Parts: sequence; structure tokens; C-alpha cells
Amino acid sequence: MNTSSTSSHTNQASSIDSVKLKQALLTRSRPKKANWFSNTMTFSWRALLKLKYIPEQLLDVTVFPIMFLLMFTYLFGGAIAGSTGDYLQFLLPGILVMTVITITMYTGMELNNDISKGIFDRFRSLPIWRPSVLVGALFVDAVRYSIASLIMIGLGLILGFRPDGGTIGVISAVGLLLLFSFSLSWIWTTLGLVLRSEKSLMGVSMMVLFPLTFISNVFVDPSTLPSWLQAFVDINPVSLLVTAVRGLMHGVATTEQIGVVIIASLLLILVFAPLTMFLYKNKN
Amino acid sequence: MTSKSVKESEPVSVAIARKGNLSNKSTEDTTNMESSIKQPTKLAIEATGLVKVFGEKRAVDGVDLAIKAGTVYGFLGPNGAGKTTTIRMLSTLLNPDEGTAIILGHDLNKESNAIRSKVSLTGQFASVDEDLSGLENLILIGRLLGFSRKAAKERARELLSAFGLEDAAKQQVKNYSGGMRRRLDIAASIVVTPELLFLDEPTTGLDPRSRNQVWDIVRALVSAGTTVLLTTQYLDEADQLADRIAVIDHGKIIAEGTSAELKASVGSGVLHVRVLDPEKRSKAQLILAQKLKVPIQALSEPTALTARVTDTQLVAEAIGELSHSGIAVTDFSLGQPSLDEVFLTLTGKPAESKRKQDEKGV
Repeated sequence: MNTSSTSSHTNQASSIDSVKLKQALLTRSRPKKANWFSNTMTFSWRALLKLKYIPEQLLDVTVFPIMFLLMFTYLFGGAIAGSTGDYLQFLLPGILVMTVITITMYTGMELNNDISKGIFDRFRSLPIWRPSVLVGALFVDAVRYSIASLIMIGLGLILGFRPDGGTIGVISAVGLLLLFSFSLSWIWTTLGLVLRSEKSLMGVSMMVLFPLTFISNVFVDPSTLPSWLQAFVDINPVSLLVTAVRGLMHGVATTEQIGVVIIASLLLILVFAPLTMFLYKNKN
Repeated sequence: MTSKSVKESEPVSVAIARKGNLSNKSTEDTTNMESSIKQPTKLAIEATGLVKVFGEKRAVDGVDLAIKAGTVYGFLGPNGAGKTTTIRMLSTLLNPDEGTAIILGHDLNKESNAIRSKVSLTGQFASVDEDLSGLENLILIGRLLGFSRKAAKERARELLSAFGLEDAAKQQVKNYSGGMRRRLDIAASIVVTPELLFLDEPTTGLDPRSRNQVWDIVRALVSAGTTVLLTTQYLDEADQLADRIAVIDHGKIIAEGTSAELKASVGSGVLHVRVLDPEKRSKAQLILAQKLKVPIQALSEPTALTARVTDTQLVAEAIGELSHSGIAVTDFSLGQPSLDEVFLTLTGKPAESKRKQDEKGV
């Protein structure tokens, strides 16, 4: 109530300045149309401003990774690998993938939020490169994923994570993860346009993400699984990504492993980016 | 209900060029703006047979429009009448299922990009980012439209001060009052002064002071040469602002004309009279009927009388006659016909009950 009373006070003090208004309306010159890149950067700026106002948005890329890494390393380490130190070498790349993949779903929620407010219509009625609304936000998401990766790898190093792939291996692993996450986000933007509320979007996202991340090779070596489950794990895109990221970090990734992830990413973009834009254009 | 080939109610189009009426609505100082004002005969919107179907419901059911550039056009109708859907089609947010429209010389079905660069939309719900400040919101729009960082900031400042939002420039919009939010919303629509502005229920939910401010903005816009299409539920608002009004119900335009023309068909207002002594009510009813020459209704309340009057000049005389005849009047009022009364007259049914009947499939 505090805010509303101050704002109504402001309202009383302010009024329209008709002279200035007339002046402002006289300026009819339209600047040269901004290009797609400028549009995208402007939307990135918007997303960054939101981080400034709502810094708790960063919890999922700061506290979560730390929590996950500590939790799973010490919970499963002894049981699965005999020692937490050995397990960390195996787990860290996997848990990194899981964390980043899970936070991709916020992209869809942000869009869904825009739709339920009126600003979605405002953006759609502007003469701009339409995908920029989403691509701009996705760029800032990539920054968020990078923060999560940095924190998790930093903590891992302190705990005893020793990647054989060296700095280059780790950086290319994170790069591959960012590419896949960017691609995966288009699924959430599609769903964000289809589903009616943030809650239903959250529900559906969890339903998809939970099995994909857990029934994978993030936590355990799939060879210990029953054959039918192993079959799923082997084709699970998250497993493929984890294999490539783990391989890159430890310097044993094959071109094929990396290629599969790149192709999967491109396929995701090819299918879901146009689908998102179609739904965006035709949203009632 | 799959297809309706024959239109049951043709709009009461009055295609006479209106004169004089505009000049007293817009301010006189138009000398500097000659270049920006459209030719008076030019149409900003010309729509034929617009249809939009949502599932079973024909939300917009064959709307024809001819809106002259540089005027204010009002869409008057209850909730769910099809006002918003029509505006969303005309502003390229929805594709029409049938029909065509030429907006500022561009075909709606083919050149939506060209249209988007000439029009602005202020939606029914504040279409600004609540998490950002007012200043940031306007810079955002300015940058998207192609202003440089500096120019976007200057324009944002200029608009904020014109709209009395300077003090709140750096506050998050979520802390704005309803009126401030609406002003910012409109400011965001004129970061580049558009040739055509769509305003969807610009004053719904605002207090009278904020409402008047929005009206002032609309008047300023029109005097600067912008065509405005606004929707409203209030006859009063359409009357204040619009040069022409379309009454819309069930996706159809059921009447169209100037405010004066509409009122002439509806009656200028409703007179409510209350007498002190219930015994004298029937005598009062007789006197009023004689003076006003319209039927006077006695309400269930024992002292109240009501009448729909066409000539408001007679009302003062009639009230005077009551006191001459020794009938004490405790209370009287002459109100504008409400939207319901407009509907009652135009459709023979009040807006609400009519809709309920239709939902039952009558």
C-alpha cells in the first residue's frame, strides 16, 4: 500500500504540459529503420535491465549450481564411484549440463509473462525484426548460462576437479553447451506461446526436463542399467550432450560425438524457431 | 451459424461530409502543422466486410469502415462486442478471416509491415514493461524504432515532461498509478508521432482527472494531424472526442454517424424527477407529459417519475410548471442517455439481456 500512496501523490503533482505536448507531437520525423542486429541488442538491453531490477533472477545461475554440485557429489560420490574425488571427475560435466538445461525453461516463462501483460502486443505492432524479441533475450540467457558454468567449474576446481582437456577443452565444452541450450530454448518459446499460463508452462517443462535429465548418463554409467532403459539413455539428446561435454573436458571427445550435438542443435532451431515465429505472428 | 451471407442490419451510414464539427474539437492553432495534416477527403482506414471467427463465435461479423484522415473515430459498444478484435485486425495483430482493408494506402492483407511503420497501438492493458522505469520504457521503444541512443533518450525526456511524468521518470512502472501508466502507455505510442493511433478503451478504470488528461492528449494528437481510432464503453467519451461514432454489437456495426445524429435517434437524455408528496405524483405526471410531449413513466418508487426527452430546452419549463402548480420537487436530474439506453433504442433490447439471449442461441 505504501507504493500506491506515494504514486497517487506524484500523480496529483503532475499534469500534462500542453505546450510541450504540442511541441513533442510536431516532431514527426521517423528515424531510419533499425536493423535486425540493433533490434536484438535493444532487447538484450531490456533483459539486462530486468536483471538490474530483479537480481534474484540470478539465484538460479549462482546458488543452484553450487547447491547441486555439492549435494550430488557428496550424496552419491561414495556410493557410486567409491570416492567423491573420482565421482566429481565424472559428475561435474553432467551436472553442469543438467543445471544449464533446466534453467533454459525460464526463457519460455519470460515470454509467457510478456504475453499475459500487454507489452507483447506493443512489440508485435512495431516495425521491427520480429525474432529480435526472443533472440535478444536468449543472448542475455547465454550470459546467465555462462555465469552458471563459471561458478560451477570454479567450485569444481576447488573441490578437486581436474579436466584433462585443459582450458581449451573446458571452454569448448561450455561453448557446445551454450549452443545446445540456445537451440533448446526455442522449444520453451514455442510452448510459452501455446500454453495459457506460467504455471502450466512450468508443469509441462518439468515433465519434459525431469526424465530427460535424470534418465541419462548425468549421474551413472548407463552400462549398469537394464537394457530397455539403456536404450532410452543412449538416444536421449541430453546423454549425447553430456557425452560430448564430458569428452571435451577430459580431452577424449570424438568428432562424431561433437557433430551429433551440433546437428541436434541445428535441427532444434530449424524446427522450433520457425514454429515459434509462426505462432508469434498468428497469436490471437 | 456457419455462414451468414445476408447482413441483417445494414449500418445506418451517413455519408455526408461533416463540416464545422471538427474545428471546435481540435484546437485552433494548426497553422504550423499544415504540412502534416492530411487532405480532408483522404481516408485513413477503409475496410470492407471484415470478419473474425473464434471457434463458434463470429467476434467480428462483416464490419465496413470509412474513417477520414485527421479525425477521431469512436467505436462504442459493450464488452465482447468486437471492438478490440476489430482494432487488433486493423493494427495487424490479427489476420482477418474475411474482408479487406486499406490502412493509410496500404493493403492490410499484403503490406502489414508498411502499416506497422505508420500506426501505433495502445492496447487495453498497459502495454509497457512494468519492471522498467518510465524513461527506460520510452528509450526501449525509441531504440527499436531506430533512434540513436542519444536521440532516444532526448525524445523520452521530451515526452515524459510533456505528459507530466518527469518526476516519475526513474521509477519502476509497477509503482505508477493507473493514470500515470496510461499516459506512459500513450507516450510509448507516440515516440514517433504516428499517422494513425489505435486506442483501445483508453480511459477504462481511470479516475475522472486522469480521464480528462487522456482526453486532452487525444485532442492534442488530432490537432497535430494524427487520425485516432478509439474504443469506449462510454457514450460520454465518444461524444466528447469522436467526430464520428460507430455503435458495435455482436461484431456488427448497428449504427454509425456523428454524435449528434446518434443522439437524435436515441433522444438527448433521461429526466428523473422526484416529488415530495406521493399523492401528487399523478398530477405531476400529467403536467410533465403535457409540457414535454413524451410519455412519462411512473416508477415503482412512489415519488419518482422518469422520461426520455428529445428536447432538453423544454425540461426547465416543465420543472417550473410543476412548482407553479404547487407540486414540490425534491430532486431532478437530466442525464445523457447511457450506453444501455442507446442499445435499447437501437436494438430494442438492453445490451446485457440481448447478449444473454444470443448466448442461448435465440
